[in-house]
Amino acid sequence: MSMSAERTGAPDAPEAAGQEPAPARTPGRWSAVLRQMAGTRRVLFGVVVIVLMVVMAWVGPLLSPWDFGERDYSAFLQPPSADHWWGTDSTGRDVFVSTMVGLQKSVIIGLLVAVLSTLVAAVVGAFAGYFLGVTDRVLMWITDLMLVLPSFLILAILYPVLRDQGWLVFVGLLAAFLWMVTAKMVRGMTISLKEREYVLAARYMGVPAWTIIFRHIIPNMSSLLIVDATINVSSAIIVETSLSYFGFGVQPPDVSLGSLISDGASQAVTHPWTFVFSTGLLVLLVLAVNLIGDGLRDALDPQSERRS
Amino acid sequence: MTETITRTGADEPGAAETGAPVLEIEDLHVTFPGRGKSPDVRAVRGVGYSVRRGEILGIVGESGSGKSVSSMAAMGLLPDSARITGSIRLHGEELLGLDDKAMSAKRGSRISMVFQDPLSGLTPVYTVGDQIVEAIRVHNPKMPKDKAAARAVELLELVGIPNAAHRFKSFPHEFSGGMRQRVMIAIAIANDPDVIICDEPTTALDVTIQAQILEVLKAAQRETGAAIVMITHDLGVVAGLVDRMLVMYAGRPVEVGAVDDVYYRTRMPYTMGLLGSVPRLDTDERAPLVPIRGNPPSLSDLPPGCPFAPRCPIATAECDQGEPELLEIGGQGHTAACIRAPEIDREGWTAADVYPVPEAAPPPEAQVRREDRETVLQVDGLVKHHPLMKGAVFKRRVGTVYAVDGVGFDIAEGETLGLVGESGCGKSTTLMEILSLERPQGGTVDLLGRRSGTMNARERFAVRRDVQVVFQDPMSSLDPRMLVFDVVAEPLRTHGLPKDRLRARVHELLDLVGLDPAHAGRYPQEFSGGQRQRIGIARALALEPRLLVLDEPVSALDVSIQAGVINLLDELKARLGLSYLFVAHDLSVVRHIADRVAVMYLGRIVEIGAVDRIFRDPAHPYTQALLSAIPIPDPEKERNRSHIVLQGDLPSPADPPSGCRFRPRCPKFAGLSEAERTPCIEVSPDLEATGGDDHTAACHYAQGRSVV
Repeated sequence: MSMSAERTGAPDAPEAAGQEPAPARTPGRWSAVLRQMAGTRRVLFGVVVIVLMVVMAWVGPLLSPWDFGERDYSAFLQPPSADHWWGTDSTGRDVFVSTMVGLQKSVIIGLLVAVLSTLVAAVVGAFAGYFLGVTDRVLMWITDLMLVLPSFLILAILYPVLRDQGWLVFVGLLAAFLWMVTAKMVRGMTISLKEREYVLAARYMGVPAWTIIFRHIIPNMSSLLIVDATINVSSAIIVETSLSYFGFGVQPPDVSLGSLISDGASQAVTHPWTFVFSTGLLVLLVLAVNLIGDGLRDALDPQSERRS
Repeated sequence: MTETITRTGADEPGAAETGAPVLEIEDLHVTFPGRGKSPDVRAVRGVGYSVRRGEILGIVGESGSGKSVSSMAAMGLLPDSARITGSIRLHGEELLGLDDKAMSAKRGSRISMVFQDPLSGLTPVYTVGDQIVEAIRVHNPKMPKDKAAARAVELLELVGIPNAAHRFKSFPHEFSGGMRQRVMIAIAIANDPDVIICDEPTTALDVTIQAQILEVLKAAQRETGAAIVMITHDLGVVAGLVDRMLVMYAGRPVEVGAVDDVYYRTRMPYTMGLLGSVPRLDTDERAPLVPIRGNPPSLSDLPPGCPFAPRCPIATAECDQGEPELLEIGGQGHTAACIRAPEIDREGWTAADVYPVPEAAPPPEAQVRREDRETVLQVDGLVKHHPLMKGAVFKRRVGTVYAVDGVGFDIAEGETLGLVGESGCGKSTTLMEILSLERPQGGTVDLLGRRSGTMNARERFAVRRDVQVVFQDPMSSLDPRMLVFDVVAEPLRTHGLPKDRLRARVHELLDLVGLDPAHAGRYPQEFSGGQRQRIGIARALALEPRLLVLDEPVSALDVSIQAGVINLLDELKARLGLSYLFVAHDLSVVRHIADRVAVMYLGRIVEIGAVDRIFRDPAHPYTQALLSAIPIPDPEKERNRSHIVLQGDLPSPADPPSGCRFRPRCPKFAGLSEAERTPCIEVSPDLEATGGDDHTAACHYAQGRSVV
């Protein structure tokens, strides 16, 4: 109904003048987004949880009397105690320390993969959708090719070559197999966005195409991208888990939450502490990232209903 | 016809003894509870009216005035969350509080509705005939199918669908917008209802189609004798059609009365402002319009007193004391909700006395002859054809859409050319072709002396600086994710204005278009439609262009807001010496703002010339029909006018008729002899001078005729 548009609008002048006595100062867009985010409780909760987890992951091992990799041959599969805060596993390692070290890896891999794959998806999709024609055909051909390639197999084959290159290469590989579906969605949205009048206006005032893409097209898809990035955090962690489980991902003695979960899964019922802490942290991590993503989407989208 | 008494909840009962009204609404309040922490929206606050058989009541108001909501309440179509109080009686039977089943029995049989959007009114998967049959049989389950089908064909004929028996089996997508609206009317009158509520039935249609639909509505009313409640924002439509009218503002009726009383003896400043802000087709002198300043109040946060007081030029301190009641003033049954109404009545004030008329600045170029001025834009034989493809894998060309087919015009420095035509005539395509700066498929486009398609990147960039565009839809023409400051600064940054001067320039621009520079830190959503359009204009003016291309810049705005934007454009043109290419379908707006007019029909220009000549003495039959179809907001004139109602719809641009493209709908062609018709069928007419100045028309039998 036409009313809804009217309801949102109509700022009255005197009130505004009171709010902003100095017209010369116009707050930037990103500071407004930050302020908006800081004011939302969900986001604060998410940020606090993530910060706590990060601090815990890096500081925790220093506080513990045990070192990573150190084995207590007098305590195999012991429940949590004053000595071993979260108990020990079947080889006598301290669960707390190994979980913290695993958390470090998972946080880094999850966040990096998500950001990287969403970035690739946004750029590929937006360029394909904006220019269409040859650009579109080449980019979409690559996307389709990546989609049909069995990623697991490729990673398994490539692994021996890359295993000494460090985990950053692993991050790149994971991201390389996560961006395609999003890129297709982004392309579709770009095709509809490029017909919007503000995009036309920008084009007719002589703004170069790549600036239009980064200034108008991608920011207007940010809610999609942010939601996608948050989903990717969890799927990146899960892919990493399964790869680690099959021996292609993080290698022992290195650990990640994924490899810890798969280690503990077999004895989850009989010795729950080997499983519960790593799984619980994974759930908490994904939840916190989702809360931040949610808040960021609301802050970026001025039309969002739940502005608070 | 004026025996019917229209009253409001505030009136004492007993005024309506004169005959039994069909539909009575009394003291109706509708409140939508706010979600979360947002306050309730009081959409309707005390509306009351009644209509008798055979009467047409007009409800006029701007968007958000509650005019649609009040009639949706009568139909029982509001969501359950809405709180409705008051009384709605159909033949004395209370409708409010009836459950949905009982209401369904009334809807469509006793009271029916025609909606604004004919596109979404019909189900795409059933044939038009089946949908009418369904409407009939839902209320007469015993009627056999063949009889219902026969009745449906009868109804289709009644609403003027040619070849009704055949079209019965067509699907909605095979019908044009106007035809679909006819089908909607057929469904509405299928069961001989007592009341038909028409919610902006012609707003989505072109003027020539609007004229047809209004005729159909009149015919439908004659046939069924039903009462019609006509909801519209168009004061022209109301003037010639309705008997009584109700002007709504902020959810309340503010002036009620017979049409002549309201138009000629206006007693409420809001109605005056509304009438004064409509650009008129029938006035020669170009006086600035009278805009109502400010914006309608938010329905969730109304001012304490009269809701119009903040915008009213004659508001006094007492206006804020309390909301004025509708009180009888002057003529019979004429009521107005204004505490100064008796004063207005006594002094006989008109809009001109109440509203300060803004000063019009004379255009500086007016003294220089047109031939001596520089040509800003020269278009010659512009052609744009789209291929029509079929097949998913192996695409093959099955035809051509002749969107623009040989269009030529020029614009001199400081001049405004109005490009008018109905939707689908190719005017927007023409604009996009000009703005793309690429080599056209045929013909030439010269912008500021440079030819499109031959420029290098640097020249193109330079031309872009001098040619800017303002779009139709203020919602989508501003990036919702950018602050207003960044929106206006974008062209400045693109063209390299030094950073230190940026802020000052943006504030200067916002000030120029009448916005508070302090609002630069807000998002476009926080502004109303008119303000957003001003932001769009500020952006277009940022680089001090020489040519401004305006694509229907005011058609999405309410009249009172529209007037402000038109005045602004007028003023800017005079101050900055701009040239405008003004595309519009609304000829009254064009008459107000343009120096020259080009009328387009099906990809061609059929008539072009100075604005006064075209409006006073149009030579092409299409221009005449177009002008004649526009209702004038003046009941007396409107009743005495004879409209040229064109037959049929705009033909498909993929399959234009041979020879003259207007031939199949041309009233002049219909009156020609066989021999005289031959040139029309065989030869496409060129633009030829029809005496005087540079007024040309593309018709073999062009002849001036006054129609306004």
